[in-house]
Amino acid sequence: MAQMTMIQAITDAMRTELKNDENVLVFGEDVGQYGGVFRATEGLQKEFGEDRVFDTPLAESGISGLSIGLSLTGFRPVMEIQFFGFVFETMDGISGQMSRLRYRSGGHYNAPITVRSPFGGGVKTPELHADSLEGLMAQSPGLRVVIPSSPYDAKGLLISSIRNNDPVIFLEHMKLYRSFREEVPEEEYTVDLDKAEVKREGKDVSIITYGAMVHTSLKAAEELAEDGIEAEVVDLRTISPLDMETVLESVKKTNRAIVVQEAQKQAGIASNVVAEINEHAILHLEAPVLRVTAPDTVFPFAAAEDIWLPDHTNVTEKAKEVVHF
Amino acid sequence: MFQVMNEEGEIVNKDALPDLTDEDLQELMKRMVYTRIWDQRAVSLNRQGRLGFYAPVAGQEASMLGSQYALEQEDWIVPGYRDVPQIVWHGLPLYQAFLFSRGHFHGGQIPEELNVLSPQIIIGAQIVQTAGVALGLKKKEKNSVAITYTGDGGASQGDFYEGMNFAGSFKAPAIFVVQNNQFAISVPADAQTSAKTIAQKGVAAGIPGVQVDGMDVLAVYAATKEARERALDGGGPTLLETLCYRYGPHTMAGDDPTRYRTSDLDDEWEKRDPLVRLRKYLESKDLWSEEQENEVVDTAKEEIKAAIKEADDTPKQKVSDLIENMHEVLPPHLKDQLEEYREKESK
Repeated sequence: MAQMTMIQAITDAMRTELKNDENVLVFGEDVGQYGGVFRATEGLQKEFGEDRVFDTPLAESGISGLSIGLSLTGFRPVMEIQFFGFVFETMDGISGQMSRLRYRSGGHYNAPITVRSPFGGGVKTPELHADSLEGLMAQSPGLRVVIPSSPYDAKGLLISSIRNNDPVIFLEHMKLYRSFREEVPEEEYTVDLDKAEVKREGKDVSIITYGAMVHTSLKAAEELAEDGIEAEVVDLRTISPLDMETVLESVKKTNRAIVVQEAQKQAGIASNVVAEINEHAILHLEAPVLRVTAPDTVFPFAAAEDIWLPDHTNVTEKAKEVVHF
Repeated sequence: MFQVMNEEGEIVNKDALPDLTDEDLQELMKRMVYTRIWDQRAVSLNRQGRLGFYAPVAGQEASMLGSQYALEQEDWIVPGYRDVPQIVWHGLPLYQAFLFSRGHFHGGQIPEELNVLSPQIIIGAQIVQTAGVALGLKKKEKNSVAITYTGDGGASQGDFYEGMNFAGSFKAPAIFVVQNNQFAISVPADAQTSAKTIAQKGVAAGIPGVQVDGMDVLAVYAATKEARERALDGGGPTLLETLCYRYGPHTMAGDDPTRYRTSDLDDEWEKRDPLVRLRKYLESKDLWSEEQENEVVDTAKEEIKAAIKEADDTPKQKVSDLIENMHEVLPPHLKDQLEEYREKESK
């Protein structure tokens, strides 16, 4: 075991898979010699060579086209989009092409592609770096969307994503890259895709969340405990598809739920979770399922992040609202 | 413009005459006649409602078939929506091409060992994907290339530039063919760009660009062959612009070319018909007769009839089929929906 930050765990996962499978290729803008703008691919080109880990021209659509073509010739691409706000340049490559390759060929071809990309607020990035756009991906049939919240999960989920024979969008929250360390096994292991995890057990209200909001919710849960409210925090981990089995089990136990996301209210995936709970557990509910989200504006100017991003007091307030409904 | 054979079927560039046997020349003629008949039948079958989406190809036989004929079986073809003939002559069964037209997933189930993709609807997407296929072939040290096609309108897309530029940057064995048939639906080629040629757009990627007479099958063949050899020698990709014309409408979905094309223009291009030209050349060498041509026409009609029958006999699609083709490991919500639809389908 070693103490690792999330970014180290991510590098470790790529190193593991580059070693395990000669068809794994890692590429994107500045991921080669430079080691990535966040050092996610540091040392990989040196260890595995320029044939396996390489830079590309600055063009996101070209990068996803490259991934599709490489997968048709037997490779397993791990491509990077430098910041997920730049995904608009390659929405066709992702949502119009790789997500549909298996289906449009009746199962003949597949796209074992992992799209890694950082996102997320709280670090005062310039425009279109931090936007939470996972909701767009979650609406594309054929994609899986994975968002880890811890170093342990990040390594295990990334290995699972790379090994998956269909496209996975792997979104890495920038604020979590180096915010804390955790014990991470040095050997290979996997964390199952499509599976949520209860990060804190409780009996009074379920807080269903993902990404950086997992930590915001855990902090809120500690505060709620001081008021005698035991919150259960469910980390979705894969946000598309949703692991409704775990979510419903929690809701049926607590009879109350809120969904917490960093994305705007009209974006993200919170409304999907609410709809699923309504369809499958309405008779277990003592209160409506409420959402904690950002306001429906464009992502804030850097100096306005603090007043815009959801924080733990938003979560405690909303949790109390459903508990006292 | 690179030309080998003029409108009268005379060789005007002896030095560039490709090394084709008499049998090759006859085979090319057969394929062009066959494809012309197929196009006529497809238009008619579409009008009868027995085919769906169809983009006519008459006029582009030299451009499509001459370039495909320069390939080897291991080469990859990444076609646009009009480029069905190339993938059929590369090996896709005709009835599957008809199923693609109708909208049936079996049309996209490419036979094993056949290196083609289904026709791409998003104009330009095939170009960036081809850069990836070509890089893959290079990395796997295959002795083969990837070829892709778009139209004159497609050369205005960002993906067109990105694909060429990526392939150039990686020195990948790719051939980019722009079939300049003068119109993108109703918009004439000179409204797409102020560039005098599309071939010169290769300069922006630092790759060779060649403008070819796309109604001259020998020129298209020779240019593609040369591009292929350059690619395999490590010389990187080539952009080919084939100047051609579609005699029919843009697609069969209600397009009316008389709204944007004059009959004078149609007449001018009909004089350059690639079939007439090769026929004259072959007749001058005593390699083609009316009898041979009629035989091809009869064979084409018979095979088309059989292919439509085979398409008719293909089992109808079920929602459960569509769900099963989504992922290798179905996510939980699709497992639920699969069960739901299987139950409906069993009733």
